Amino acid sequence: MTDLPDGIQQREFDGRQRLATRGQPVYGEPTDGEWRCWDAGRSKLGAMLENGMAIDLSGGEGVLYLGAASGTTVSHVADFAGPTYAVEFAPRPMGELLEVAEARKNLFPLLKDARKPDTYSHVVESDLDLLVQDVATRGQASVAVDNARFLADDGQLLLAIKARSEDVTADPETVFDEVCEELTDTYEITDRQRLDPSHDDHLGVVARKR
Amino acid sequence: MTSNAADSGWFESVDSGDLVAADLRAAIRTGAADAPTDWPTAAVDAGFAADTDDYYATLREATIEAAREAVAEREGADDQQLLHAVRAMDDATRTANELAERCHEWAATQFADVDSGIDGARDVATHEPTDPVEERIVSLAERIDGLATEADELREFIKRLAPEVAPNLAEMAGPVLAARLISLAGGLDSLAKKPSGTVQVLGAEDALFAHLAGRGPSPKHGIIYTHPYVNGTRPADRGSAARALAGKLTIAARIDHYSGDFRPEIHDELADRMATIRARADDDDGNDTEGSDD
Repeated sequence: MTDLPDGIQQREFDGRQRLATRGQPVYGEPTDGEWRCWDAGRSKLGAMLENGMAIDLSGGEGVLYLGAASGTTVSHVADFAGPTYAVEFAPRPMGELLEVAEARKNLFPLLKDARKPDTYSHVVESDLDLLVQDVATRGQASVAVDNARFLADDGQLLLAIKARSEDVTADPETVFDEVCEELTDTYEITDRQRLDPSHDDHLGVVARKR
Repeated sequence: MTSNAADSGWFESVDSGDLVAADLRAAIRTGAADAPTDWPTAAVDAGFAADTDDYYATLREATIEAAREAVAEREGADDQQLLHAVRAMDDATRTANELAERCHEWAATQFADVDSGIDGARDVATHEPTDPVEERIVSLAERIDGLATEADELREFIKRLAPEVAPNLAEMAGPVLAARLISLAGGLDSLAKKPSGTVQVLGAEDALFAHLAGRGPSPKHGIIYTHPYVNGTRPADRGSAARALAGKLTIAARIDHYSGDFRPEIHDELADRMATIRARADDDDGNDTEGSDD
């Protein structure tokens, strides 16, 4: 089981232990005092943590988050981490992400394409501790490889691979193996787990930059 | 820090003594670098920020403002502008061609070897007129050249605008056909509300109403005939191809109207379906078996 940093706790919501972080509520999640529940059914990173994947977190990390969408997951990341850069390509979810960013001091929203890191290398700093990636595009492995430039030498990649984005017709396990294979020049994979049933046909991957 | 623009941080183009919001936004939105570096330290060293906390506070303000501005611009790219642009392009093209015919007919009375069409008119426009008649002909040809150029520029404009207005529809149909579908429906919202059978025959209204009045077969396709998935499929399977394409175009229009995010999977699903439909032709060629899977 992952050792949780101070900023993340297991707390009881609706009669069972669930993850929680401290921050302003974002998507109508249940709260307990200043703690708000991190819904693993709506967050792939939440599901990876709840499944006990070997993720090394200490709090205060510098984070690049690719595919921030409307900010459901990145809001929790910014609650426990340090400077958090949130890249999202679509304008409509960005409108909601902006509200999340307004309520946090360490969240920097960028309306950029994660496949083109040159367009935000002048803003996002180097030597970050975490690269979190949840993008629904073909070529998810090359996005992770291209963005490794932002990670420190032993920085971690937390990746949710969506099989259907690569090839709708192929067997998900085949797709996952291909994506992981493409990562291995740049990253050393330390853990991989399916995120079913909360996220169908998704694979959670934890890896370290080589 | 280097002075090479490709390797400089966003803050280096901003005057730190006088933080102007517009400069901050532009620096985030338009800059680029080959590689990141420790920008917070670099900014403090360069005197842009007093310390890293100060840097992050400015960065936060700049990124939020830049994203807000970019969102407002992208959402301002609305379907009605696209509708007007594609109608203007068609009018400009049609008018240029009509005038080019007139110009060809007239110019042939004054000059030797005049080609027909837009290219012919552009040739005529290069002549140096020597009398009042030639002056009028050359002037007319210049207008045709300008009109045809405007049509080309409108087409380029549509190619840029359509992916912002309707990313999935533009990817699937191509930007110009996407704009035509929006134009025929009267807007993206009304296109999103149409059943797929209607989308399939948009632009074939004459044939459709003739059919409804009992005077002809039902049309298999309207404007979507211009899509390679339809016109590149053998005639026997074009009905299936048009139906499959229209179904996915309808879904694409609904995603674009109600959600706005790009979904690669619907494009893959259509490609897969088209491969199945086209495989029927191979099956028929090969062993004469029925290739239908409907």
